[in-house]
Amino acid sequence: MDFNDTAEEAAFRKEVRTWLDANATRKSDDKQSFRARNDDPELLKKAKEWQDKKAKAGYARITWPQEFGGRGASPILQVIYQQEEANFLVPLGFFDIGLGMCIPTMMAYAKPEQLARYVKPALHGQEVWCQLFSEPAAGSDVAGIRTKAERDGDDWVINGQKVWTSGAHYCDYGIVITRTDPNVPKHAGLTMFFLDMKTPGVEVRPIKQMSGGANFNEVFFTDVRIPDSQRLGKVGEGWKAALTTLMNERLAVGLPSGGLDIDELMELARDTDLEDGPAIRNQQVRGKIADWYVQQQGLKLTRYRTLTALSKGQTPGPESSIIKIVAAPKMQDMGAFAMELMGHAGIMKEDVPHAAGFQAQWIGGAGFRIAGGTDEILRNIVAERVLGLPADIRVDKDVAFNQLGKK
Amino acid sequence: MRAGLLGSVIMNFDFSDDQKLLKEQVRKFLADKCPTKVVRRVLDGNETHADDVWKGLVDLGVPGIGIPEEYGGSGLSPLEVCVVAEEIGRAAAPVPFDTSVVLATEALKLAGSDAQKKKWLPELASGKAIGTLAIAEGPQPPKPRNIRTMFGGGRLNGKKVPVTDGEAATFAIALANTGGAGDRALSLVLVDLKQSAVAKKRVDTIDPTRKHAELTFKDASAELLGGEGEGWRLLERLYDAAAVYFAFAQVGGAEAAMWMARDYALQRQAFGRAIGSYQAIKHKLADCYVKLELARSNAYYGAMMLTEGGADLAVAAAAARIAATEAYDFAAKENIQTHGGIGFTWEADTQFHYRRSRLMALSIGGPMAWKDKLVTRLEQKNAA
Repeated sequence: MDFNDTAEEAAFRKEVRTWLDANATRKSDDKQSFRARNDDPELLKKAKEWQDKKAKAGYARITWPQEFGGRGASPILQVIYQQEEANFLVPLGFFDIGLGMCIPTMMAYAKPEQLARYVKPALHGQEVWCQLFSEPAAGSDVAGIRTKAERDGDDWVINGQKVWTSGAHYCDYGIVITRTDPNVPKHAGLTMFFLDMKTPGVEVRPIKQMSGGANFNEVFFTDVRIPDSQRLGKVGEGWKAALTTLMNERLAVGLPSGGLDIDELMELARDTDLEDGPAIRNQQVRGKIADWYVQQQGLKLTRYRTLTALSKGQTPGPESSIIKIVAAPKMQDMGAFAMELMGHAGIMKEDVPHAAGFQAQWIGGAGFRIAGGTDEILRNIVAERVLGLPADIRVDKDVAFNQLGKK
Repeated sequence: MRAGLLGSVIMNFDFSDDQKLLKEQVRKFLADKCPTKVVRRVLDGNETHADDVWKGLVDLGVPGIGIPEEYGGSGLSPLEVCVVAEEIGRAAAPVPFDTSVVLATEALKLAGSDAQKKKWLPELASGKAIGTLAIAEGPQPPKPRNIRTMFGGGRLNGKKVPVTDGEAATFAIALANTGGAGDRALSLVLVDLKQSAVAKKRVDTIDPTRKHAELTFKDASAELLGGEGEGWRLLERLYDAAAVYFAFAQVGGAEAAMWMARDYALQRQAFGRAIGSYQAIKHKLADCYVKLELARSNAYYGAMMLTEGGADLAVAAAAARIAATEAYDFAAKENIQTHGGIGFTWEADTQFHYRRSRLMALSIGGPMAWKDKLVTRLEQKNAA
């Protein structure tokens, strides 16, 4: 065992570092972040410029085939690029869904002339894509969507509502899953399309989150007319297409990084005066620090195991499925505990060291436990795919969608 | 600068093909020669350990894996010992692995004089000797002020209880008071157990698949292992190495208990369907898996630090120990819970991991003590 790159990896890392040093500013410490708010138009502009630079140098999507602007290289080189890029002050995060989920779905289903039109501008950051899946009545059960698309000559007319659409307010295009046949069971009546977000009848309204931010949107469709040529996959096979997208999501969704963690918690515990002395000397406090440290290390090292498999050209095992199950509650619980150490002042947003940071963890953790698969859905996935336990009994399986809930 | 979650390295963070092959070999051997009925035989019977299984492991060269070639072993790295430990744990094998192969062997490697190594390591490697560690003296945790066993003038006096494999062992490494203040009052001593000045008495414990004894020393002939007054410091270092090996055994046991529960959950029907289709069971077993993988990853890092003699060993060993104890405790108890009533019967195999998980959790210091140690070490690391 060792923590060393192979010769090929080391050479690539060196090449990437040289390029990054020539084109970007190195962070002075790992807490520094480019991101202010991602609804800042200046930030998007800068992100687009950086994306274009990357794409021109061939670093934007290293695993993509060369014909689409990639290098046809192994995922491990993509990881190496990201590791190195993380040390630089560059605006990131606007293109992950588009390039990680939407365009791969396009590659699987769109026509060659459509790929010729859309892939390059997406890769170079000129056009941003979003994914229109979740609905008010379809979260974990995303196949339960109700937004309908009806055939009208050579067109489809879409009506309905999507929700939690990341970045819809600045996106140019989106892929959308719709119900085209309510007379068949849930999964069978779906069809996928892509569309221009400026198509008449599309209305985007930001959602203000509990955290105060507004990264997500509601998207309303009112008689939105699109041609049949924008259909992705066959009519009624939208679920299959959606699985292609979601499979890519599992690779694209990372972990929030740069937040407060064990180091800051220990610092806080040293500085907190409890009745029996500094909090760091209190056995209950020490027990919690130890537990979270073991989790933090366990996640990092589990990630290393996955990278090792990638480096060896193997398919990583299922171990990475534990990451969000552990990370999200840890973020929430550690935030809450750190606030408790501060006493009543733990509720104050200013003038208390680390308070704002831990409050952000506590608030953000509540969202992170839900986004991209709830704690509960992820446990189902582990139980079913890793342990081979039966899928949940589905009472909607053989029932036409429009008969669900009716006795 | 702290490494982010993505790290800045790719690495080869896995066992080699040869190590995996060794693991598979031991796994097959134990599946064949040490099925649960052998564990049950020791549970119900009088034998000190499953000697047939132990002899087979000796034939495979298991006790000598980590012993240098010059002392009759095969001189492999800690990584090979780790993969074997995982399989011993998976089978809940009733053999003196944790005592002889881990604790006694490591203690000799760590603190033994050349003469002591020459005498004992070849015997350990060949299976001729079984060694153990004798620390506890009854109810109080073995802190320096609680150690009343005295060593002086080559003679050992006192009582050690419980001592794992105390009956089967040919020698023990005991923690004794040699006079002096605080930690410096303690020394490790090596005592041959085949002498009339040593009385052995079996004691009942929660895990009869691993027999324990009370050892009484009355002017028993013994010798220092390592420097006088170095006992507590050596024990800490010994426990760090042991924590990593124990973690692998605990990971193996946790995995076995998890799959036992999963198999039963697929087979057992309630309310018209397999209980494994209920989320209450699915999520519980998913949690077993989560804890298991956290433990496995921490154990790997411990193994790596142990092999490299890395500066991060003290922290890594504690983290591995904590994660593995948590994973094994949880899997063992939820295995019984998943089984329901049948899991609480004497006939059920669920009890083996339940008993073993608690034994392993306590025998080199419990989670509370290790968590305290971990934070102390993190404080030291941060201050450095």
